Amino acid sequence: MKVVVCVNHVPDTETKIKVGPDGVSIDRTGVNYMLSPYDEIAVEEALRLRDKFKGEVIAVSLGPDQHKETLRKALAMGVDRAVLLKDDSPRDSFGVAHALAEELRAIAPDAIMFGKQSIDYDGSQVGTMVAELLGLPSVAVVVKMDVQDGKAVCEREIEGGHEVVETKLPAVFMAQKGLNEPRYPSLKGIMAAKSKPIEEKPAPPATARVVVQRMRKPAAKGSGRIVGTDKGAVGELVRLLHEEAKVI
Amino acid sequence: MKILVFVEQRDGSIKKSSFEAAQAAAGLASKAGGTCAGLVVGSGVTAKAAELGAYGIGRVIAVDQPDLARHSNTAVAKVITEIAQREGADVVVLSASSTGKDLAPRVAVQLEAGLAADCVAVTLDGALIVCTRPVFAGKALVDVTVETPVQVLTLRPNVFTATAGQGAAAVETATVQLGAGDFGTVVTETRVASGRPDVTEADVIVSGGRGLKAPEHFRLIEELADALGAAVGASRAVVDAGWRPHDEQVGQTGKTVAPTLYVACGISGAVQHLAGMSSSKYIVAINKDKDAPIFQVADYGIVGDVFEVLPELTAQVRAMLGK
Repeated sequence: MKVVVCVNHVPDTETKIKVGPDGVSIDRTGVNYMLSPYDEIAVEEALRLRDKFKGEVIAVSLGPDQHKETLRKALAMGVDRAVLLKDDSPRDSFGVAHALAEELRAIAPDAIMFGKQSIDYDGSQVGTMVAELLGLPSVAVVVKMDVQDGKAVCEREIEGGHEVVETKLPAVFMAQKGLNEPRYPSLKGIMAAKSKPIEEKPAPPATARVVVQRMRKPAAKGSGRIVGTDKGAVGELVRLLHEEAKVI
Repeated sequence: MKILVFVEQRDGSIKKSSFEAAQAAAGLASKAGGTCAGLVVGSGVTAKAAELGAYGIGRVIAVDQPDLARHSNTAVAKVITEIAQREGADVVVLSASSTGKDLAPRVAVQLEAGLAADCVAVTLDGALIVCTRPVFAGKALVDVTVETPVQVLTLRPNVFTATAGQGAAAVETATVQLGAGDFGTVVTETRVASGRPDVTEADVIVSGGRGLKAPEHFRLIEELADALGAAVGASRAVVDAGWRPHDEQVGQTGKTVAPTLYVACGISGAVQHLAGMSSSKYIVAINKDKDAPIFQVADYGIVGDVFEVLPELTAQVRAMLGK
């Protein structure tokens, strides 16, 4: 089985976001980047599919040179080889999906894994757009998947419950937390990753369909008041919630 | 401007998030001097369609056919695209619900449209639609414009208001030819947990963190949540520790929420947690540590022991609400 996992390189969740000098993107100074957490779950699932059915896992990322760090992490976890679609300028979701789809068409995988969303722009679009561009079925927000005989039975999270979704391979799957517990790269894996190939090629160009006009911080919430320091304050809290905030 | 708004139903009722999307779409159309039609898709979905009239939608198209009895994202996306083309719609609006997020990227690709996803505000600047959407889990906002002739927008649930007025929509039926090849996926079963609401849809959320000390102490959170009719939320620390299920996690690697009231109990307020909940209208924090970052976003705080404060709060809420 040939499995592709698409991964993104994103600011660490502990990052305090500052707007950059261009006013439309973040200030990257001092920001630590990481493999997007949902993509890490996707990598793990791809490795499990390969271990079950044999074959190979290829990690693909689109972005500047720095994305190689994230590809190395995927390689250290056990991915066989990686492709970097190089592009130094930011793209909208369709621009990313379009370039990934072009590359995936050539690879022709049996299964394509994504995280359910990348934790930078939170669009939850790219995986499903890639599926549509390739004419493939897709299951998003997957918390359980069982692949057998070219079919997949998945559970996906919906508001307050789950849907059981059936589909046939090849297909695109977008991983949600709970699908698996991603492995830590072993020392052996980290050493092996250094000699695994990362193929670099320019990402095919795309015209932006969605343009960021302005990035800003949400209005700062002023500190509220401390109502008290023990359960004696509960009466006042309930009064404030009822009379001032009018929420209960 | 011709807007088409996709409306979801579950168990024979229109979802609240779809009423929100419908009312927002109708409002946008009227400001722009355009029109807005609703679209319901499925089997047995016509009966409720007229209810959209109370939310400003005068006309609804119902694609109500037996082959759509089981939901299929590929088939429904095709239906939306085809109706949007027949209608000559230049804006397609969906809720950014789990279903809407699954359909919108396909519809956008099929219509060669840009997609502004998960918008929290949609305004008009002349004839231009400006969409505001949170990024980095709400640590920043971006104003975006869609540059294609057709635009697709999804609206975040629980942000836009849905207030029922008067009136019934005129419902007309339409058919879309679907073949076996259009059903790339099929939903064979839907399991919805009864009881508490989901964190993304709830008006009130009571969340617990490591300050609860042990998973069994979440009973205190659940009791307050039930007294308030609230959803139960959890911090990443307690989800990672296996105390609570993943679907309750609030924060950058969990759910981003914006309820009317968020009660954070024993949660210190890591950057990634604050990102997921600080746009809540009112925030209450109960924590022992007066320096906990959660107090910086809280409207009302009690610096105290959750094990003393929570039972008292639950008792007083019950007394007030007569439960």
